[in-house]
Amino acid sequence: MAVATAARTITIAEALNESIRLEMRADPKIVIMGEDIAGGAQVEHLEDDEAWGGVMGVTKGLVHEFGRERVLDTPISEAAFIGAAVGAAATGLRPIAELMFCGFLGSCLDSLLNQGSKLRYMFGGKATVPVTIRTMIGGGFRAAAQHAQTLYPMFANIPGLKVVAPSNAADAKGLLTASIRDDDPVIFCEHITMYTMKGEVPGGEHIVPIGKAAVARPGSDVTLLGVSLTAVHALNAAETLAKEGIDAEVIDLRTVSPLDEETILESVKKTGRLVIVDEANPLCGLASHIAGMVASRGFHWLQAPVGMVTAPHSPVPFSPVLEDAYLPNPQKVVAAVKETCSKAS
Amino acid sequence: MNLSQDQLRSMYRTMVSIRNFEETVKQAFAKGHIPGFVHLYVGEEAIATGVCSALRASDTITSTHRGHGHCIAKGCDMNSMMAEIYGKATGLCKGKGGSMHIADVGKGMLGANGIVGGGPPLACGAGLTSVVTGSGDVCACFFGDGACEQGTFHESANLAAIWNLPVIFVAENNGYAQSTPASYHCAIENIAERAASYGIPGAVVDGSDVFAVHEAAVEAVKRARAGQGPSLLECKTYRHHGHFEGDQQTYKDDLYKSVSQGKDSIRDFRALVTQHGWFTSEELDAIDGEARQAVEEALAYAESSPLPGVEEVTSDVYVSYP
Repeated sequence: MAVATAARTITIAEALNESIRLEMRADPKIVIMGEDIAGGAQVEHLEDDEAWGGVMGVTKGLVHEFGRERVLDTPISEAAFIGAAVGAAATGLRPIAELMFCGFLGSCLDSLLNQGSKLRYMFGGKATVPVTIRTMIGGGFRAAAQHAQTLYPMFANIPGLKVVAPSNAADAKGLLTASIRDDDPVIFCEHITMYTMKGEVPGGEHIVPIGKAAVARPGSDVTLLGVSLTAVHALNAAETLAKEGIDAEVIDLRTVSPLDEETILESVKKTGRLVIVDEANPLCGLASHIAGMVASRGFHWLQAPVGMVTAPHSPVPFSPVLEDAYLPNPQKVVAAVKETCSKAS
Repeated sequence: MNLSQDQLRSMYRTMVSIRNFEETVKQAFAKGHIPGFVHLYVGEEAIATGVCSALRASDTITSTHRGHGHCIAKGCDMNSMMAEIYGKATGLCKGKGGSMHIADVGKGMLGANGIVGGGPPLACGAGLTSVVTGSGDVCACFFGDGACEQGTFHESANLAAIWNLPVIFVAENNGYAQSTPASYHCAIENIAERAASYGIPGAVVDGSDVFAVHEAAVEAVKRARAGQGPSLLECKTYRHHGHFEGDQQTYKDDLYKSVSQGKDSIRDFRALVTQHGWFTSEELDAIDGEARQAVEEALAYAESSPLPGVEEVTSDVYVSYP
């Protein structure tokens, strides 16, 4: 399949596929594995375009180009295949593994908590684990408590893992390429509701460095900070706020670990106000960590308490009316910004 | 066969209730009335029915993402089930769990489960409770062929064996883990053969034959209740619909489709009991009608039930949390 050399508008799913395809062409040490990622393994009539290519179709067509030796369907054995990806990475391959929903972390936690993240440290720097774990985060699909979680704070709490979560198609391609090429284990978080979201994506090689936040919208009155879908919420909220005379700067974090503290502080220094939007649970979470970091390093710039829009301290409910109340959205962000802007230092 | 007329009637009612319930859910989902994901049990009715008819009310079961049939067979109220699937306040879980987490602990139904392989360890726990309290209850643990490749299954089968727990491991082998055929994901043809490695009895039965399932379950329950430990029962079955509703099922080959279409536990049951003169077609038709009506009532109940209040978002997380 030809990959365009010029920029064009494609979906996040297509952007991810393109990144994987280009990297697999360039590096024979890359293998990709996961449940149904080829789809219909050993089913003869499926050696064509009908195979699943993962539940969201991200890996569609890869098996036809790279064969079943490099595109591996797995049994539903997360402990075994995520662990095998770690082991293969430590012994010379550069695997990409798909942990379908991040809640399935429960089934393979040891591989990431005690093996992949710690091998290099425990072995005195003598192991390298260049593995990328792609996984789905987020609510909005009415998928209930086990299939709608946002666990990047949990991953980020583990030293040795890098954690990435793009908010648009171009970053999805560029950050996935950077993740695959990175020599450390990277957890690459894809939001369940965003695969069909379109954006302009550069053709050919495209890299967005890990650990660098983006100023997605410059502004002067307040800093809105989000990651993955909450960066989109922040941008939408900023549009609404602009009509009401509030000029918000939006920071798209893009990477949760390592955290780009400088970009955040620079923005807070400019605006004096910060509202953090985070779909994860709040206790020991991303929002509270960043609020703490800003209080610690940028307290003198703050003109008002840091605002936070997060999920509550509860699992994700099923019923749409409950899930909608549970999740952050642009309206909640607008309300939080107005409150923050109404407070004087 | 040691089944009374009442037992046979009850088993038939359970099977047709499950079939009707699932076909109704399918239609409602297609109309966009049901949020989220649903995984239908059509084709596998004889397993839940055959196993649960060998249990008593105080026994427990663990279930899977494909859990509606297990609920009905364990005696859950269909009105509250349908309301749960609709995300209503009157649902079995107040609308918080939905299809994938439907549960009724009071009926011994310890939950559908969104995690493949989530059930077997819980079943060991239920077995342990039975042993420690001396209740004599058993736990039937339903799981699919996909879950057989999870470490939790192996660990639980071994744990149940060494602790001599009253657990019946019921593998519902419908041939596919999502889109991946069992012939690919499993190194052996019969999952039941693994029983030998845990030192427990293993049996393969035709999962579309409710009598065969029931007979094997009765034997396993008898052993478990007598303190003789766990068993592994593999029921060969066919999933008539997709992994989830909306699945185009391109991965199903022609052989699977044709064999699957030829398997119908309800049709076979009808043929057998009418041939033997135990029931007339009219008697069975009457049960069909009652089941259909009950499901229609469940649907109306779900549709007319209120939505949960938003205060429910943060309730039930803990017993107490200051």
